[in-house]
Amino acid sequence: MNMAGYNLALPGPDDIYREVLPNGIVILTRSNFNSPSVVMSGYFSAGALLDPNEKLGLADFVTSALMRGTKKRSFDKIYNELEAVGASLGFSSGVHKSGFSGRSLAEDLLLLLNLLSEALMTPTFPKAEMEKLRAQLLTGLAIRAQDTSDMASMVFDQILFKGHPYSRPEDGYPETIQNLTRWDLVKFHREYYGPLGLVIAIVGAVKPEEAARQVKRALGGWQVKGQKEAPELPALKPLKKTVSKHHRIAGKSQSDLIIGTNGPMRRDPEFMSASIGNNILGQFGMMGRIGDVVREKSGLAYYAYSSLSAGIGPGSWEVNAGVNPQNVKKASGLIVDELKRFVQEGVTADELADTKANFIGRLPLSLESNGGVANALLNIERHNLGLDYYQRYEGLVNEVRQEDVLNTARKFIDPDKLAIAVAGP
Amino acid sequence: MMDTLTQTTLSNGLKVLLKEIHTAPIISSWVWYRVGSRDEVQGRTGISHWVEHMQFKGTDQFPANVLDKSISREGGSWNAFTYIDWTAYFETMPADKIDLALRLESDRMVNSRFDTNEVASERTVIISEREGNENEPLFRLGEVLQQTAFRIHPYHHEVIGDMADLRVITREDLYDHYNAFYVPNNAVMAVAGDFDTKTMLARIKELFEPIPAGSEPARLAREEPPQNGEIRLSVEGPGETTYVQVCYRFPNAAHPDFFPLSVLDSLLAGPSNLNMFSGGISNKTSRLYRALVDKELAVSVQGGAQATIDPFLYTISMTIHPKRKPEEALAALDREIKRAKEEKVLKEEINRAIKQARALFAYGSENITNQGFWLGYSEMFADYNWFQTYLDKLSAVTVKDIRRVANEYFGPQSRVVGTYAPTNGRP
Repeated sequence: MNMAGYNLALPGPDDIYREVLPNGIVILTRSNFNSPSVVMSGYFSAGALLDPNEKLGLADFVTSALMRGTKKRSFDKIYNELEAVGASLGFSSGVHKSGFSGRSLAEDLLLLLNLLSEALMTPTFPKAEMEKLRAQLLTGLAIRAQDTSDMASMVFDQILFKGHPYSRPEDGYPETIQNLTRWDLVKFHREYYGPLGLVIAIVGAVKPEEAARQVKRALGGWQVKGQKEAPELPALKPLKKTVSKHHRIAGKSQSDLIIGTNGPMRRDPEFMSASIGNNILGQFGMMGRIGDVVREKSGLAYYAYSSLSAGIGPGSWEVNAGVNPQNVKKASGLIVDELKRFVQEGVTADELADTKANFIGRLPLSLESNGGVANALLNIERHNLGLDYYQRYEGLVNEVRQEDVLNTARKFIDPDKLAIAVAGP
Repeated sequence: MMDTLTQTTLSNGLKVLLKEIHTAPIISSWVWYRVGSRDEVQGRTGISHWVEHMQFKGTDQFPANVLDKSISREGGSWNAFTYIDWTAYFETMPADKIDLALRLESDRMVNSRFDTNEVASERTVIISEREGNENEPLFRLGEVLQQTAFRIHPYHHEVIGDMADLRVITREDLYDHYNAFYVPNNAVMAVAGDFDTKTMLARIKELFEPIPAGSEPARLAREEPPQNGEIRLSVEGPGETTYVQVCYRFPNAAHPDFFPLSVLDSLLAGPSNLNMFSGGISNKTSRLYRALVDKELAVSVQGGAQATIDPFLYTISMTIHPKRKPEEALAALDREIKRAKEEKVLKEEINRAIKQARALFAYGSENITNQGFWLGYSEMFADYNWFQTYLDKLSAVTVKDIRRVANEYFGPQSRVVGTYAPTNGRP
């Protein structure tokens, strides 16, 4: 395979179709006729950030309820039409945005779009369905309370983002879900749902113009007067010292451990060097340096890795491990030592070269399925990366130097100011 | 577009399947071994999975720390899976880098070191993996169900193995298991993606054909006798959520009844997705969802058929509604099973199941790794023709077939019903 062919496989201005509708909706499409299927996904501005504290989980409840009935169709009818053709469509809430994702055979794209527009524009929130859903959400929360990984993650956010909206779980608490009324849902939908801020990506066996035409027909007429926007994010107070919390869950055979700190925002100039540094720290090969020390050398965990979560606001940079309850201390010690080494010594030239090759080489793999390409298009739009981002990607990766990784590590990671969360016995 | 498929067997018995797909500069290479937990005796349970872990611990040519880095450096994605029937290894790489994967797989088919220190550190990693599984209520319940459903057959135990065995299996045990089963005549090589078949086959021959054939691995022949009467069991554990699982005995994948049962599974619980690298669809209009979740007896219901070498289980899992009792959900399930046995399904319902399967196939074919997966996977329990004719076989299913298999396989006398009863904070 020559390089020209390779580059052609990456999405770029030549094959990404982008159109902004008069009502503000952004359409992104790219064709792929290799399989007769199509993916449709996107996001809109109605995330959990908008939840009042006493109604935490509201945005999530609303997204779960959108397909429980619309003016035109009942819950059963909606899913009957989808499932009869092997299609799927679902909504989920995030902190800043809520999102949707669906797939079908190309011949059924119109159905997906019609159901999307009905769910977004005319949900009816039938009372009986709300109660069924409430029981399902409450059961989900009861299961969450028993999940060491979920609970460690929740406690970690509470430490790291103390006093900031990011400290709150998007799916709420049993008491908030218990108290939400149908009217809360209706009001939330009325105030925050609208075409402004809605981005939709369609990738698969459909011509871009045809996909765009179908989107316009389904959503082009959506108008909402005075659609409210999310409030500004308050400033985040960084940790002044290491804070540890242990959340007890009795009867479990494994504890989950998270150790971390704040990471860059997606748009920060340090994002790429942090991303490369993180790969060396806890991803590359069998989970990077962390995996090598905690899993390979000490045999303490089946999984031990680091991850970077970078979005619109301040992110997190964290190490996760699942260990025997008796080994929590030992594993924590090893992880903190690795973080210290990381900020003291940085990375070697060989490690940097390996990770650069890994980032560049794996890109086509991440873009092979329609879902992968749709995510890439949404990523470009959300963080204003430019339609040629994936074609410039190799250059961006290669620009990063050893000192950039070291400076970024030092900027974000202070081994004396860490959030440490443990959930387990 | 037509993809070129080539099947051949090398002189040492290694079966090779090659499928050219020129949609992206990617190649996915798979090696499948006919070894899994069904080949394990008591005292050695979990050994196949442990051998799989040791395959990442290096050979002389690719020592452990070199092995994982070399694939990642080239932008590859790789992993391995151990199942009840098989163990599979794959690398999906940029097309011009695939040679590394081929060299690695041919090397570790015979030259893995099984270093004593590595065995020791991997022992605790696998124990940790098992402890993570034990955190999950459905693992705790599923394990007991499986060992109850299979008293004789080695499907008795979980792939991960029993803790008692994980503590005592030795380096020699592992190495013997490796030598017995990792022979070319017990393996299938499957490669899909952007290559030229002639060149690829020549390279595979060059690398793999020098590996001598081994003795045909001995198989355990412990057929499960018929079950005489329903078995009920319960498992207690932390939490406040009750789960119920009901297992019926299903035929092996190569059995003709597998197809009408797949259609029936679609009607009852939504289509089972056999793709490993592509998600499924919702099941909110399936008969069981309507009867259980819509009626607020359960908050979720799932059914799953699996393609296996020997007859295995069809498992229906229910998460019970917090205000309901497991018996109420079970009674509703029984009404639906009765309906499937007594009432004719509509031809439309069958057509719908076929369309669902067609869509799932299309989603799976977006992805080269998934295509490579199917080439070898279907060989493990049937052959690639099974996959190629799957939709045709579903299309041939009649209303009468469905009723017959509902009566034949969904009898209460051969099922196992398990409940996970939460202790709700009680010690």
